[in-house]
Amino acid sequence: MFPTPVQKSSRAVQISYQTLLPFALILWLLPLIAVMIFSIKPDVDFTNGNYWGMPSSFELFNNYGRVFFESDMPRYLLNSVMITVPTVIGTVALACMTGFALGVYKFKGNLLIFFMFIAGNFVPFQILMVPVRDLTVDMGLYNTKTGLVLFHIAFQTGFATLFMRNFIRALPFPLIEAARVEGVAEWRIFLYVVLPLMKPAIAAMAVLIFTFIWNDYFWAVVLTQGPESQPVTAGITSFNAQYRAAYHLMSAGSIVAALPPVAMFFLMQKHFIAGLTLGAVK
Amino acid sequence: MSTSSDSAALPTRGWYKRNEIAITPWLFLAPGVLFFFIYVIAPIYQSFSLSLYDWNGLGDIETNGTYVGMENYNKLFGLNGERADRNFNISLWNNLKWLLLYLLAIPGGLFIALFLNQTVRGIRIYKSLFFFPFVISQVVVGLVFSWFYLPNDGLFSIMLGWFGLEIRGGVLGNPTAATYGIIAAGLWPQTAYCMILYLTGLNAVDPEQVEAARLDGAKGRKMLWYVIIPQLKPATFIAFVVTIIGALRSFDLVSIMTGGGPFGSTRVLSFYVFEKSLSERGLQYGYAAAIAVVLFLIMLVFISYFLWSMYQDEKEAR
Amino acid sequence: MHSILKTSLAAFVAAGLATSATQTYAQSLSGDLVIFSDMSNPAPRAVMEGMVERFGAMHPDLNIELTVIDREAYKTQIRNFLTANAPDVANWYAANRMLPYVEAGLFEDVSDIWEGQMSEELASTKGALTIDGAQYGVPYTYYQWGVYYRKDIFDQYGLSEPTTWAEELANCQTLLDNGVKCYTIGTKFLWTAGGWFDYLNMRTNGYDFHARLTNGEESWTSDEVRATFANWQQLIDMGAFIDDHQTYSWQEALPFMVNGEAASYLMGNFAVAPLREAGLTDDQLDFYQFVEITPGIPKGEDAPTDTFHIPSGATNKEAAREFLKFVVSAENQTLINNGSNLGQLPVNAMSSVDDDKFLNEGFDMLSNKAPGGIAQFFDRDAPAEMAAVAMEGFQEFMVFPANLEDILERLEAAREDIY
Repeated sequence: MFPTPVQKSSRAVQISYQTLLPFALILWLLPLIAVMIFSIKPDVDFTNGNYWGMPSSFELFNNYGRVFFESDMPRYLLNSVMITVPTVIGTVALACMTGFALGVYKFKGNLLIFFMFIAGNFVPFQILMVPVRDLTVDMGLYNTKTGLVLFHIAFQTGFATLFMRNFIRALPFPLIEAARVEGVAEWRIFLYVVLPLMKPAIAAMAVLIFTFIWNDYFWAVVLTQGPESQPVTAGITSFNAQYRAAYHLMSAGSIVAALPPVAMFFLMQKHFIAGLTLGAVK
Repeated sequence: MSTSSDSAALPTRGWYKRNEIAITPWLFLAPGVLFFFIYVIAPIYQSFSLSLYDWNGLGDIETNGTYVGMENYNKLFGLNGERADRNFNISLWNNLKWLLLYLLAIPGGLFIALFLNQTVRGIRIYKSLFFFPFVISQVVVGLVFSWFYLPNDGLFSIMLGWFGLEIRGGVLGNPTAATYGIIAAGLWPQTAYCMILYLTGLNAVDPEQVEAARLDGAKGRKMLWYVIIPQLKPATFIAFVVTIIGALRSFDLVSIMTGGGPFGSTRVLSFYVFEKSLSERGLQYGYAAAIAVVLFLIMLVFISYFLWSMYQDEKEAR
Repeated sequence: MHSILKTSLAAFVAAGLATSATQTYAQSLSGDLVIFSDMSNPAPRAVMEGMVERFGAMHPDLNIELTVIDREAYKTQIRNFLTANAPDVANWYAANRMLPYVEAGLFEDVSDIWEGQMSEELASTKGALTIDGAQYGVPYTYYQWGVYYRKDIFDQYGLSEPTTWAEELANCQTLLDNGVKCYTIGTKFLWTAGGWFDYLNMRTNGYDFHARLTNGEESWTSDEVRATFANWQQLIDMGAFIDDHQTYSWQEALPFMVNGEAASYLMGNFAVAPLREAGLTDDQLDFYQFVEITPGIPKGEDAPTDTFHIPSGATNKEAAREFLKFVVSAENQTLINNGSNLGQLPVNAMSSVDDDKFLNEGFDMLSNKAPGGIAQFFDRDAPAEMAAVAMEGFQEFMVFPANLEDILERLEAAREDIY
């Protein structure tokens, strides 16, 4: 193991490591801690220039109450859910199929299509922006959640295919051959042999895509407008509309907006990291 | 898993059955490829052709747009007697700054990963909390950092004040400092990403090699450089790829933190494309498409490199 | 929703227009009327909802659907919905700001409703809605620009409202000597600096020169423009503006005035509402017309006009036309622009201006003290692309006045490209 485990070092090193850890963490998360404190401060603290000191009063319930009951936040959150969940389902479904096709079969153009998916996945969004917006407008899906979902599914399929295909490649191929010898139809092999083995990959994929889509801002701005269809990332800044920056409400809103992916991450940590670090180890 | 081998009696089924292995992959690919083609491949082509037009995005391009050939590119680069677009230049330079400085996330991530690669009590929670910034939306990161950078009241300017320093206009109001301020904000989640890649990589480092090197007397930095880092190569490769992509995609932070200002000093190509087309005073869709094409071509260099090295891997695997 | 309904009904009854309004618009309209509005701030929103309420009451068979979109977001989204799913009525702005939409054939020619009586009643804003002799929309409100200042602070240092440039500078020096900034401003979104340029240029070179400049007919490197910037630089060199203004929005710059760190604000009349809301009384807050700079030049004023249009793709144009007529009617104008609603100026000459000191002063100023002419605003008079480049230059100049030469050359280059 590298670096040398601290257990093998002197007591002094061990103790200093143990004390350094929390300090390093606090320093690392300082901006985030600041927002948490912002979100429980009263408005007057900001008017009086007390940005970083102790809150002059504890306004947790007040601020979050206003976020939940006196703003469009619940609508934005609901929109985010209604955009993210169908995208995850759609992408996983499509990518299982493409991944299966590219991972199991040898045919001309296999690698070419695979590389097309990878390359498309890394393309800058801006080159798609105007045509995708026009396409969405032409289909009558501008400013609808459906329009956003369709695009997200298409785009995320690139990344998800890369992931699924590599995962399927690593499965024991003799399993599939055995099934073929028994005369099992190919689609049944997919459904009953391969799919059950892909559960961990599907889980990893689902959490990752959930996070990506939840956090998307660019496409939300390009393809939607207003609280009837915009997700929460685009909605946070609406707290800013009136006369001056409402730091306390925006902080509370930011925290609320960040919670779902954070919860997802902590609940499914193993899968999440497995998805992100794909290829980091051979 | 009951078989259906006796159903060859039906003629159509029979044809399908005979060609099953050849046809199935295409059937499975069809929906995914179709979607991807409509929403990703075709729009790239459309942007290329749009970049040859002068069009304000209103009405139909055929009736309201004019074909201008390479004119938009001439304006960007100052060719053919046109004045070079100063804002395009600024954006290009800023993109270069992003690319170079963003790479700091890689050593940064490695450093934190090494620091956290221990087995003390509660280390798992520490690892997840260090990873935290990556999970949050860039919108939130941008907001948080813009408050951190506020002039006078911001924590950053208070901290600078302890050393008797001051940045005129606050970090984000100062044309020389603003881009670096945004990059620093972007490095926060990116470093967390690289950290997690390296933590996974470090897990897979061959302990026998490490022990063998230890017996040979290698320690500390030497060990890191000659034994560990070579074994982390796959992690470094992925970290490099995602960091480059992240740097060239830097739209959210610029848009949230400065909106390209002050006086356009924090523009990057991705933001400039948006500004020239969909923003309030945009209305130059053809020109914006030309900028997007340039950005795409820059990205294509990295994409090609990535595909090429994946191709090498594939060949080995065969 | 409930409270909004109540307030608008109350306003309706209070204005006592119930009978007259119903009589005027007795034709029966039916079907759907889809309205997209950018009146998203609380007061304008209530006004919009109130108008829909009253118009609906006159036409019970008409089903009105109102969609209010965030004012900033609206500016970019109008392009999409005008082509994709056009409403029957949409908000926008007058003059050059509507030109691209008219040229692309996206706004309906509504010259027919301007014929006759309406042209007389709306004479003051007709020009701003006219392109090539045809009208493409109707105004619903306009407002004055000028210097809003803290009267109590002026009194404290024995200052009075200036009328000449020399007095303005002298006042400012006194304020600065006492540790008070002369002007608050937030230039993060650029247009506020456009307001300063408009006034300095109109006062230095006159309205006609300004109009030619925004029209692309004058050079940005001319001596006239340089003189304007030289005047501006006097203020900048004195330190008249608050520091770090490039990091604030116009709203974020308000507290400086409320806290007394800055004494005045060159702004549109919409700044009055938040200033009052922040606790400034009418004894503390006052207004003066931007001072004379070059003696003898007739004063021009900025008075941006906000408008309603019918998109060409509208489906219920008949109802839309009725709605436009209803909006500009004298009664409606009096009601929606009064102090408890928009708090701005009615566009109809037959309407009465609410008894509010800022509205009275503004109305008097625009009617009697602006012989030079009425401009819309920099980013509505100049084409979008020019406005973007120029206002960015203004912001840069306010922070780094030494870059002037470079900025002017850039603007001149842009002018040659754009027009």
